Amino acid sequence: MTENPFDDIPGTTLFNHAQSRLGFHLNQFCMSLMKAANREAFKADERAYLDQWKMTEDQKQAVLDRDWNGMIALGANIYFTAKIAATDGLSFRQIAAEMSGVSEDVYAQMMLDGGRSVEGNRSKKDKR
Amino acid sequence: MARITAGVATSHVPAIGAALDNGKADEPYWQPVFAGYEASKAWIAAEKPDVVILVYNDHASAFSLELIPTFAIGCADEFAPADEGWGPRPVPTVQGHPELAWHLAESLILDEFDMTIVNQMDVDHGLTVPLSLMFGQPEAWPCKVIPLAVNVVQYPPPTGNRCFKLGQAIRRAVESYPEDLKVVVFGTGGMSHQLQGPRAGLINKTFDNAFLDRLIDDPQAQAQVPHIDYVREAGSEGIELVMWLVMRGALDPKVRVAHRFYHVPASNTAVGHLVLENL
Repeated sequence: MTENPFDDIPGTTLFNHAQSRLGFHLNQFCMSLMKAANREAFKADERAYLDQWKMTEDQKQAVLDRDWNGMIALGANIYFTAKIAATDGLSFRQIAAEMSGVSEDVYAQMMLDGGRSVEGNRSKKDKR
Repeated sequence: MARITAGVATSHVPAIGAALDNGKADEPYWQPVFAGYEASKAWIAAEKPDVVILVYNDHASAFSLELIPTFAIGCADEFAPADEGWGPRPVPTVQGHPELAWHLAESLILDEFDMTIVNQMDVDHGLTVPLSLMFGQPEAWPCKVIPLAVNVVQYPPPTGNRCFKLGQAIRRAVESYPEDLKVVVFGTGGMSHQLQGPRAGLINKTFDNAFLDRLIDDPQAQAQVPHIDYVREAGSEGIELVMWLVMRGALDPKVRVAHRFYHVPASNTAVGHLVLENL
């Protein structure tokens, strides 16, 4: 069996067929937040709003916890979870900082310093 | 006859739109980004295209997971700015060019590019931020715009080679349109960036500048680069760069570089920008 080269990239989940199938309902829930009325309903009672969607319990809990990496592991795509962030009034940079495990200030400074270097981040083998 | 005179490549970072919309363009963080577009704004004001064919990707705004077209062309009279979760951007509604768009759709399909025809859709930051960067904040956009959306969200996006060939087919289609129109093609997205997971914030200046060099001088070679190289070297969202090859395919093999700009960072992203003229 050939190894999928995308699996070798550290800290990265490719939104492929498997993730898309896993996350279909989770992502469609995110999509619903493009309407102001739905954002209000979600904010008023998050649990009740989530219960209207055919999501797994793990997926619902990841949303309630705003576990951004957890949502991705459960099939979410970043452009969809960005709708939750927007509903919360968070920027891409704020959730990117959280997903990479640092404060927004530390993350912003890393970006000002030229971003996360690709050196050491190309392959999981680099990390050994 | 309609003709393509030039191409524009630019990143379409949403935070750039937000900075402009919220009056932050003069802040020290954003000033260098907008300064990099001053020459281009003057250039396009002089160029005065009748129509812009704007190649971009939808970010789960018009297309959810219900329907994922690889290549979609907007044939409507107009396209409203999308509500991406924080309300629509306060920018003008985009006026389409349905006659040319339908001609492109028909020509491309008969030329074996199976386009999805879109008669109604909202357009997100992927389309409106490039317009803001090139035209500023006018009451109305100064030209017609034909949105051409490429899927780069669901893997796999079309190959770089397919994008390049689509650009060549767009050129053939434009040149078979009888009305005397001046057309500029925009390729948008990129450059290196990753928005997700522990590797978020990835930037690769070496890759980006090599991409710019090859896009200008040897796009056929750049078109052969496989997806894995983009994702590994330029980040999971860096793969948007294949869309620049659509623009490049629509131009002459040799082009004149009217403007080149590169800056890090804009929010999470490396900003790259080219203005390329047919000779």
